[in-house]
Amino acid sequence: MLLWFSMAIELKDVEHLAGLARIAVSDSEKELIRHDLEEVLAYVSQVTEVTAEFGATTAGELRNVMREDTNPHEPGIFTEDILKQAPAREGNRVSVKKIL
Amino acid sequence: MTPDTKQLTIKEAHELLISKKMSVLDLAEAVLKVADETRDLNAYLEIFSDVRAQAETAQKMIDSGNATMMTGIPIAIKDNILIKGRIASASSKMLENYTATYDAFVAKKLRKAGAVFIGRTNMDEFAMGGSTENSAFRVTKNPHDKTRVPGGSSGGSASALSAGACLGALGTDTGGSIRQPASFCGVVGLKPTYGSVSRSGLISMASSLDQAGPFAKTVEDAEIIFDCIKGHDPMDSTSYPADFVHPKFRSPKVIGVPTEFVYAKSVDECVLKNFEESIEQMKKAGYEVKEISLPSLAHGLSVYYILMPAEVSSNLARFDGVRYGYHVDGTNLLEDYMRSRGEGFGREVRRRILLGTYALSSGYYDAYYGRACAVREMLKKDLEKAFEGVDIIATPTTPTPAFKIGEKSSDPLQMYLADIFTVPVNIAGVPAISIPSGFADEDGAKLPLGIQFIAPHFGESALFSIGKDFEKVRGFTNI
Repeated sequence: MLLWFSMAIELKDVEHLAGLARIAVSDSEKELIRHDLEEVLAYVSQVTEVTAEFGATTAGELRNVMREDTNPHEPGIFTEDILKQAPAREGNRVSVKKIL
Repeated sequence: MTPDTKQLTIKEAHELLISKKMSVLDLAEAVLKVADETRDLNAYLEIFSDVRAQAETAQKMIDSGNATMMTGIPIAIKDNILIKGRIASASSKMLENYTATYDAFVAKKLRKAGAVFIGRTNMDEFAMGGSTENSAFRVTKNPHDKTRVPGGSSGGSASALSAGACLGALGTDTGGSIRQPASFCGVVGLKPTYGSVSRSGLISMASSLDQAGPFAKTVEDAEIIFDCIKGHDPMDSTSYPADFVHPKFRSPKVIGVPTEFVYAKSVDECVLKNFEESIEQMKKAGYEVKEISLPSLAHGLSVYYILMPAEVSSNLARFDGVRYGYHVDGTNLLEDYMRSRGEGFGREVRRRILLGTYALSSGYYDAYYGRACAVREMLKKDLEKAFEGVDIIATPTTPTPAFKIGEKSSDPLQMYLADIFTVPVNIAGVPAISIPSGFADEDGAKLPLGIQFIAPHFGESALFSIGKDFEKVRGFTNI
């Protein structure tokens, strides 16, 4: 397990993470990010030295907080405000590029 | 009358307004004048154009006898708190042109109380940073020394208040983003108990840690703002209903000092000396001081830099260039996402999203996120145990006074270490307050320092009580 924490971050790891996070990273920036990630991960790996009991997480006092699905607002009263923020719209819909 | 907004407290302003010795407009004009004169601080991103109309509404509340403590009080709002119809950009290119479609709970509360919103203040992009240098738009300066940072992420709010460009301000605090800039700028900053102030309408950073709270010149003023914005909100499922009963605290008498933690390496001599003087003053004022051992506090920062980016990476997934925010057109939908997010987010935000993605990815989840959650529980329990023996825990707010602009911006880890004393508070969800405790002389500048008092969950009243005592014994007026 300790092997993980001493593992260096490589450029291909940065590319993989950027792909997962849907963030385009320029080639010139990859090395910088690689270096920063490695440094921060080395620091936070301190927690692996702490002996803490796993699974000890206690649920907070507040749980399953749900509101009744009642008193809906009048349909359409927020539509215009919300659609105004969309980069592209078609009528009362947000427009996106075709997926398939 | 034209008030001196740099000295005037909310309490004093309220009395002047109620007794009609000053009009809301007089006060608003005075604040706007200072905001204009101190424009070079870059504290505000925008001064609202309807301040005078808001002042008129507030004046009517006073004239009809419906004033609250906050009626007519000029307030600055951090740019990640939504006010319907106004831009809320979180100082990011991603939301540069985003107009809020609803009010944050705290904004609604303040408006109902008659507060006058002066403008929205600069911050580190999406509240990620400790210097306000990560804003996509401009760098805010510290009014005590314009070559230095005001702290962050709520640096604009702290700077505006310290300069007299508002009488109180709202910020948000995920790892110290209210207390650290309050300390750097010589004002009071409160991080309330997690769940005591609704997060509805705050632009989320790390939802298990985020909390909105006040900046003010005095502890009493911070209490006035807190009383206005707190309370249960059905729109935030982590907000505590009133029947969870906020325990009545006896006035605190015993202060615990986690000595090993406070005297860790990288804490400035001048900070320690000032802290010792403050503790001595509190002893003279009749407080008992106990040394306590809280070794898990030292793990706070590493736990924070796992949990926070993990939550950031999932919270910021919503910015996809489709429904709102920055959009770049690619050749297909995936490219739209990649480019909108790649260009819309600044470097620190991208760094934290990638870090969080790493901590949550298959194969590393147990080692990082799982472990950090377990240590978080340990830290909470250790704090609970410590509070069986003491009423309040005291530490310096920050390990150094305000640093120079540019000094730490190229070294993220150094920047993160500035949060060492404030981060454990968010991890445990307890409340804490930073109060000005004196000055450090550095390169001919007098730089403010702060002391942090930490209380058990819902112990805000204990913080206000000890805070007011501290202000009395401190023996100087701040700013």
